[in-house]
Amino acid sequence: MAANIPTNAQAQGGIGVSVPHTEHEDHLHHDEHHEQSFISKYVFSTDHKVIAKQFLITGIFWAILGGTLSSLFRLQLGWPEATLEWLTPVLGKWVEAGKLNPEFYLALVTMHGTIMVFFVLTAGLSGTFSNFLIPLQIGARDMASGFMNMLSYWFFFISSVIMFSSLFIETGPAAAGWTIYPPLSALPQAIPGSGAGMTLWLVSMALFIVSQLLGGVNYITTIINLRTRGMSMSKLPLTIWSFFLTAVLGLLAFPVLFSAALLLIFDRSFGTSFFLSDIYIAGQALPNTGGSPILFQHLFWFLGHPEVYIVIMPAMGMVSEIMATNARKPIFGYRAMIGSLLGISLLSFVVWAHHMFVTGMNPFLGSVFMFLTLIIAVPSAVKTFNWLATLWRGNIRFTTAMLFSIGFVSLFVSGGLTGIILGNAALDIQMHNTYFVVAHFHLVMGSSAFFGLFAGVYHWFPKMFGRMMDEKLGYIHFWLTFLGVYLVFLPMHYVGIAGFPRRYYSWTGFDTFSQFADLNKFISVAAILAFFAQFVFIFNFFYSIFRGRRATENPWQSNTLEWTTPVVPGHGNWPGAIPAVYRWPYDYSKPGAETDFIPQNVPFSQTQSSNMPYEREMAD
Amino acid sequence: MIALGILLVLVLLLVVFGLLFRLQILTSIFSGSSNREIGTSNRVNAVLFLVFLVVGGAAFAWSFADSFDAMNPPIASVHGHALEKMFWTTMVILGIAFVLTQVLLFGYSYKYQHREGRRAFFFAHNNKIEIIWTLIPAVVMAALVFAGWKEWTRITGPAPKDSVVIEVMGKQFGWLARYPGRDQKLGVVNYRLIDASNDFGLDLSDQSSLDDITFSSGALHIPKGHPIMFKIRSRDVLHAVYMPHFRVQMYAVPGMPTKFWFTPTLTTEEMRAKTGNPKFTYELACNQICGRGHFAMRMEVIVEEPEDYIAWLSQQKSFSSQNPEILANLKKKAQGQKTIGATAPVGPAATAAVQSATPASL
Repeated sequence: MAANIPTNAQAQGGIGVSVPHTEHEDHLHHDEHHEQSFISKYVFSTDHKVIAKQFLITGIFWAILGGTLSSLFRLQLGWPEATLEWLTPVLGKWVEAGKLNPEFYLALVTMHGTIMVFFVLTAGLSGTFSNFLIPLQIGARDMASGFMNMLSYWFFFISSVIMFSSLFIETGPAAAGWTIYPPLSALPQAIPGSGAGMTLWLVSMALFIVSQLLGGVNYITTIINLRTRGMSMSKLPLTIWSFFLTAVLGLLAFPVLFSAALLLIFDRSFGTSFFLSDIYIAGQALPNTGGSPILFQHLFWFLGHPEVYIVIMPAMGMVSEIMATNARKPIFGYRAMIGSLLGISLLSFVVWAHHMFVTGMNPFLGSVFMFLTLIIAVPSAVKTFNWLATLWRGNIRFTTAMLFSIGFVSLFVSGGLTGIILGNAALDIQMHNTYFVVAHFHLVMGSSAFFGLFAGVYHWFPKMFGRMMDEKLGYIHFWLTFLGVYLVFLPMHYVGIAGFPRRYYSWTGFDTFSQFADLNKFISVAAILAFFAQFVFIFNFFYSIFRGRRATENPWQSNTLEWTTPVVPGHGNWPGAIPAVYRWPYDYSKPGAETDFIPQNVPFSQTQSSNMPYEREMAD
Repeated sequence: MIALGILLVLVLLLVVFGLLFRLQILTSIFSGSSNREIGTSNRVNAVLFLVFLVVGGAAFAWSFADSFDAMNPPIASVHGHALEKMFWTTMVILGIAFVLTQVLLFGYSYKYQHREGRRAFFFAHNNKIEIIWTLIPAVVMAALVFAGWKEWTRITGPAPKDSVVIEVMGKQFGWLARYPGRDQKLGVVNYRLIDASNDFGLDLSDQSSLDDITFSSGALHIPKGHPIMFKIRSRDVLHAVYMPHFRVQMYAVPGMPTKFWFTPTLTTEEMRAKTGNPKFTYELACNQICGRGHFAMRMEVIVEEPEDYIAWLSQQKSFSSQNPEILANLKKKAQGQKTIGATAPVGPAATAAVQSATPASL
């Protein structure tokens, strides 16, 4: 093992020392010996790894759908004069005389947002990797409650079926924006999508929240209680820290959305006036008085803002892990990384009203939220600098996962910086609800989180399916996507600075928004091409599940515990005892060590040559 | 037939792609390159990052410069100029951070790509630099917050006493305007009084509403150089008053009147001369999703010299004088109520008129 770069065969043997195991008597026989039927193994499974794959594949389905919807509305925005007759076979009556129905356009925008934020980047990202990695990386046989975990997926599944079915009803799916602000979302007279479509949206979202809570309670319990011997909180991989805090955020924030949805259901169906007041619509004055539409926004964004961190934090954790592994360097500032995650989690609950600076909210409140919002930039900046410092003087291997991690940092910075403009209440007067906002959040939480998701899939694919994804196709996928994302969202800032409002079916009615027709065409072309580039990934993913190169146990020579399991871990994860943990997960390129990585389960007594002074005591 | 042909071509292309892919895998296995952990592709990717930084950065800089004029519509309000300055100052600060981090990110990726025989530097943490790079953004943020807070307080602070008050109301899908008339007071409204002839729900039993001038369509006239106070409301769903040239934006909320004041600095005529565009018009757009016609919810705004504005305003007729029948009905009903007393059925309009003593005095 003198060479820095062992071949796969060598890597398979780990670092060539015997690894002691702890005894977990009660778990020893929890192996994959008993036969399971197809249904209990792949459908109603309580194995966290199968549930993770279920979340992932459902997420991929939703992502394709969400992407398709965006391609449809980009067609409209890029070519407002074109006839879309050719879409009639798919869209049916929503194409009227060759034009997209404007209400259907709003439905497209609404469903794109809902699907991407909740079904792909919350369930698909955190559902997949929290499930897959938490037991594997903390050294547990499974989640604290496998049954609740299974319920979590199936609630998500039912919620998905309901949301999906709403696309096919006569009045169309919800169309009031993914933020479903009432009164628009409360009154079918205002827009047909607020009829049955909105009812289905609310029911689906209620079930989705149940799924999130079942999952979240489980993640938290598992991380607190089921860590293997030696795995203290300060030895947890950053992935686990990020999943842990994500679950905490979800647990505290989602119930508030639930209450908002419940009150909205009451307003819609039972004649209450929580959010409605003084409304004259469709030739009729409604009896509702005393409600406040702004109240809904407070409730919505009390979830909505933590939600963007629920989306991005798992990606942050995975990127930290992948970067350290592939730069062959410890993550820089491990404690600062945890500290900044804690800071972000805490602050994410006290910034929600920066979405509401110009709603008529008290300006003093605006000042407070501006102050708190701009503080949250500090932990984000610390994270970025730490990632950069991790690359500095590394020995970087550009696996596909590493490419996506570097892409993540780039997009996170590009998108995050403009948040400093939007968090400034005074500047938000002009920028609120323009394409500047759209560009900002698509970079910082949309694309970055997607990049984190891709990085995670490419990195942990070998452990999920026992095979490797094709690297060349991965490179093509990365470069097309990376380029595509920038080509779409950088020019979108220009459109936003010029003040173009979002959720506009077309801008041709305004002189002020008459420029940039070409730029919008350009953005549309780039968006549609970037969308098609994703099929390279989808092909690679499904092809590799069945025909990919066989993986080794630890193909990336990584330190965390999941790589000590067999190539395809069975139900129970480790065939023998669960390994104990002795060190933090980032002992890469440690001076004096034989190899450039020392897995967490290697005791200090076996690495005398590389132990730090304070570690020598622990070796005895 | 053509569709079938296209489909066939696509299928064939996919087959070709699949075969090429399989071929590539087989040759890589055959040549043994699939067993190598780190090959030329590592180098290629490192170089691509550098190329991306240089070419991408240049393309971004060029396109930004090229679109700069188009993304800066002319500004015509006092606070608009201050905001513009703050916006671009902030952008410069962000630009520095942007360039610095992207250069380091891609530069390091290139520079520290894998090399045989080299070992990464074991560098787990360093409290000093970590404190420094926590403090720097904190200080910059503090400065930005302070600047933003000062401007925000000024903009949202109380309007000058001599402001011209105008009510702007949103509905699906259009903007309506109401001027207070000679008494400088907007009369009482009640949404239950709204009907086809009374778009605002103006309650004519209130004396100060008698001289209110209302517009259910058409342009919004405002005088130049005077503080203008918009009283904003909506009668159905959320809307937002958005006037990019004046840097004005405020939601129109049913049941909760909002407001925004600003001072226009250039008349429409002056702006036409300045931009060299004889058709230039200020526009008021809706910027909160409100339904089918959201994208077409437009109102033209005409900024005039104060004397022209006064001349225009003095020619406008009040709502009550244009709708004498409403006033007559109201009087009749009021008398009816007096004479017949409690035994008579009280019509909804009359009930509302009585109730309207309290609500929504704008």
